[in-house]
Amino acid sequence: MTRPAGRALALWLLAMLAGAIVVWNSRFSADMSFFLPAKPSAEQQVLVDQLKEGVVSRLLMVAIAGGDAASRATASRALRARLEKLPEFVSIQNGETGSMNAERDFLFAHRYLLSPAVTPERFTVDGLRQAVADSIDLLASPAGMMLKPLLPRDPTGELVELVGGLNAGAQPNARDGVWASRDGERAMLLIQTAALGSDTDGQERAIGLVHSQFAATAANDKLSLQLSGPGLFAVKSRATIKSEVSLLSTLSTVAIVAVLFFVYRSLRLMTLGLLPVVSGALAGVVAVSLAYDSVFGITVGFGSALIGEAVDYSIYYFVQSGRLGVEHWRARFWPTIRLGVLTSACGFGALLFSGFPGLAQLGLYSLSGVVVAALVTRYILPPLAGANLDMRDLSHIGPRLKRGIAVLQSLRWPILLLALAAAAMLVVNRNHLWHPNLSALSTVSAADGAADQTLRADISAPDARYMAVITAPDRESALQAAERAGQKLDVLITEGVIGGYDSPARFLPSAAMQASRRASLPPTAELQARLQTALADSPLAAGKLGGFLDDVETTRRQGQLSRESLHGTALALAVDSLLLQRPNGWSVLLPLRPPVGHGEAGVDIAIEPVRAALAGSGALFVDMKNEFDTLYNDYLHEATLLSLAGFVAIVGLLAVTLRSPRRLGRLLLPLLLSVVLVIAGLHLAGQQLHLLHLIGMLLIVAVGSNYALFFDDASQAARGFEDFDDATLVSMAVANLTTAIGFGTLALSKVPVLHAVGVTVGPGAILALLLSACFVGRKGGA
Amino acid sequence: MIKRLLVGLLCVLTALPASAAFDIAQLMGDLARHKGGRAKFVEKKYLAILDKPVVSTGEMTYTAPDRLEKRTLTPKVETLLLDKDILSIERDKQKLSINLANQPEALAFVDSIRGTLSGNRAALEKNYALHLAGNADKWVLTLLPSDQKIASMVQRITVTGNKNQVRIIEYLQADGDRSVLNIDPVDPGNGQ
Repeated sequence: MTRPAGRALALWLLAMLAGAIVVWNSRFSADMSFFLPAKPSAEQQVLVDQLKEGVVSRLLMVAIAGGDAASRATASRALRARLEKLPEFVSIQNGETGSMNAERDFLFAHRYLLSPAVTPERFTVDGLRQAVADSIDLLASPAGMMLKPLLPRDPTGELVELVGGLNAGAQPNARDGVWASRDGERAMLLIQTAALGSDTDGQERAIGLVHSQFAATAANDKLSLQLSGPGLFAVKSRATIKSEVSLLSTLSTVAIVAVLFFVYRSLRLMTLGLLPVVSGALAGVVAVSLAYDSVFGITVGFGSALIGEAVDYSIYYFVQSGRLGVEHWRARFWPTIRLGVLTSACGFGALLFSGFPGLAQLGLYSLSGVVVAALVTRYILPPLAGANLDMRDLSHIGPRLKRGIAVLQSLRWPILLLALAAAAMLVVNRNHLWHPNLSALSTVSAADGAADQTLRADISAPDARYMAVITAPDRESALQAAERAGQKLDVLITEGVIGGYDSPARFLPSAAMQASRRASLPPTAELQARLQTALADSPLAAGKLGGFLDDVETTRRQGQLSRESLHGTALALAVDSLLLQRPNGWSVLLPLRPPVGHGEAGVDIAIEPVRAALAGSGALFVDMKNEFDTLYNDYLHEATLLSLAGFVAIVGLLAVTLRSPRRLGRLLLPLLLSVVLVIAGLHLAGQQLHLLHLIGMLLIVAVGSNYALFFDDASQAARGFEDFDDATLVSMAVANLTTAIGFGTLALSKVPVLHAVGVTVGPGAILALLLSACFVGRKGGA
Repeated sequence: MIKRLLVGLLCVLTALPASAAFDIAQLMGDLARHKGGRAKFVEKKYLAILDKPVVSTGEMTYTAPDRLEKRTLTPKVETLLLDKDILSIERDKQKLSINLANQPEALAFVDSIRGTLSGNRAALEKNYALHLAGNADKWVLTLLPSDQKIASMVQRITVTGNKNQVRIIEYLQADGDRSVLNIDPVDPGNGQ
């Protein structure tokens, strides 16, 4: 080994080692932050927080099927009893009666601090008379059955006031005392995990525990358990990405190694040829790891495409320099390759500016990978490989390729017509090409999605679509703001705009509100006197209400309710999920329920009246579904702009370098035709296009331009394609094959992001080569 | 049209001589032929805690065999609708729906009315022991719960009626409180 070679190798090894250390310390993630906006708006931040740590993201829905209703109910009770003891779960609901006793007792004990009806007027003679009369009226109704035993202690009906505000909406079905599906054939449970929705490890552990505890309870092997929820999706999606990253990379590596071995028939050349690839792949991960706090699994999965693209440079080098020598190669071909690298870099680089973090990572990963692979090919590979490459002469394949090109060139008009037809079809169907929302990018399979829908409907799980959000510097002001917003929302309920809402202040009123309610309560003697007057003509004798007087007096002397007072009840959980401490203060969530519809399904909330009512209260109204759709549209809009910008950059780069509109036009025509044909093909194959197909179009131009550039270069050197350098042709064919393999492997992926790029760029790269060959021009003429 | 046919049928039935001894089967048969109608009701609840009964009034509409609507007008408007096994209560803009299939105790309670109105002996005997006194013109059907869970809520249900018309339903609750529901049919065709 020569000295420069040794130095190069040492340098390379050092860089690789440093890279390996960075990668070793990198954090890899396969969660949904891939899709979440990097710079969210206030509304989007609510969405992101909810997805990462919201209550709904921590819900698991469980169904027990098989056997008979009694055995399902037994299993449901047993499962609840077991899970309840585990710290991994904060609540397990299965509809068992008695499971809400602690909550009811708490509400009853503190009704005079909690009831929104407690005001000074309520305890005047008139107020008492009215409240007691209302309670007695209620006794006439079957709804008053619950009230009857409480009447002596709660004659003003504060518990009714309290419970009335709670969700009286859809309750799940029940069989044998526990929740059941709509058809009654499955027992249902609703579980809330302690782990956040963004904690995929925690979710995986919790799901594993549900399964193992169920297996331990099930004496009856006829029963089976089905589970769904955001946590399961996260776990499954991570598993899919994990398995695909290794599978796809292995597949593409093996296929490319096989191609290289077939071409080189030399282990040494093959190993050397992979050097830039390994360097590029490592550099990609290092760059992403340094720029972001974690590397997404999907980004690494994109590596299989990078391998196919990065290996091209060494193929050019070996095949082209085999006959000409290194110096000649550098002078003759490197500028073309360099320009190709730059166009690819323009394509990938455009993605860097995306607000969709996944896309920006993919861009950075590919950009650094391609550039490093090219640099290693240019500077490290020659000294390492030495002067004597022992490269097999492949020129004999050249003439065969040329015969193929001749055939292609005779098809110019048919191809143009075909592309025209394809373009026309795309224009006609332009409104049906695109998938309308973000779910297009979701890794959740259709079957899993459907199972989730069924469970959700069976258990009437909350979907938390509408939310009012308040931020405040401290807990007390947050609760006060929640109370103020609550008053506005109460008006909306009376108007029928919304069906109801939840608020942390319902179970934990602000200190100010508690003080004002306490101040409304008269001393015992005074209350007793007023009661005598108020109930003089009432069927309820004041003398029977000793319990009421005692309870009011207890409340008057009792301290403030605090978060700790709620301990041991599910209300603590409810408050914690709606009142959150953030690094910069507190935020309150007020989930809004739509008004009850006439049919089976609920109706949507009319956005504008709610916005108008909350205006000035500091509460932000968010429609999650709307935010999701907006988010996707923003991404799509941005991706369109970035793709155009990337395309313009590539065209600009080529225009400056080529300095000939004719050459530029010849170079771009096959690329644009490829894009049109691929997109038309995808549409005909029934694929709905999304964001990543759009990016794929840009990459067809970015990657395909490499081949077009060689043809352009050759057309300048030779009079006609018959005189093209055979070795160059062969290298292009091989490089194209490896690129197509790299991207094509992604098409096998079940991850929509990778799949879309694969099915677009794989065929696109091949078409770009074929069409470039088809439309290649001659020196100085057409 | 149908109504006239029913009224005609009713006349034929009442004209028949009451030769056979009046028994539960006969009563159930009579009740089953009653296809429904509208009635005014007055319900009085006698509760130990109150010195006077709570009185509510309103209208009931029964459509055989399983739809019963009870619209309370005083003291407060409230609509209670029983349609098959779905019980919905609407009061003060609040609407509550209960699927009775989920609530065996409530279902048994509801079945006592529904079973009587529709003459469904099997449904009644599932949860109650039946005793009949009187004759077709004035009968008293007593339902005693056979299930412990139901007995813990209601001691006895007494239904009084004449022919195929239920007139009074009295519930005696386990705690001694009772409610009496008086039903007064409104039948414009019959001039009542």
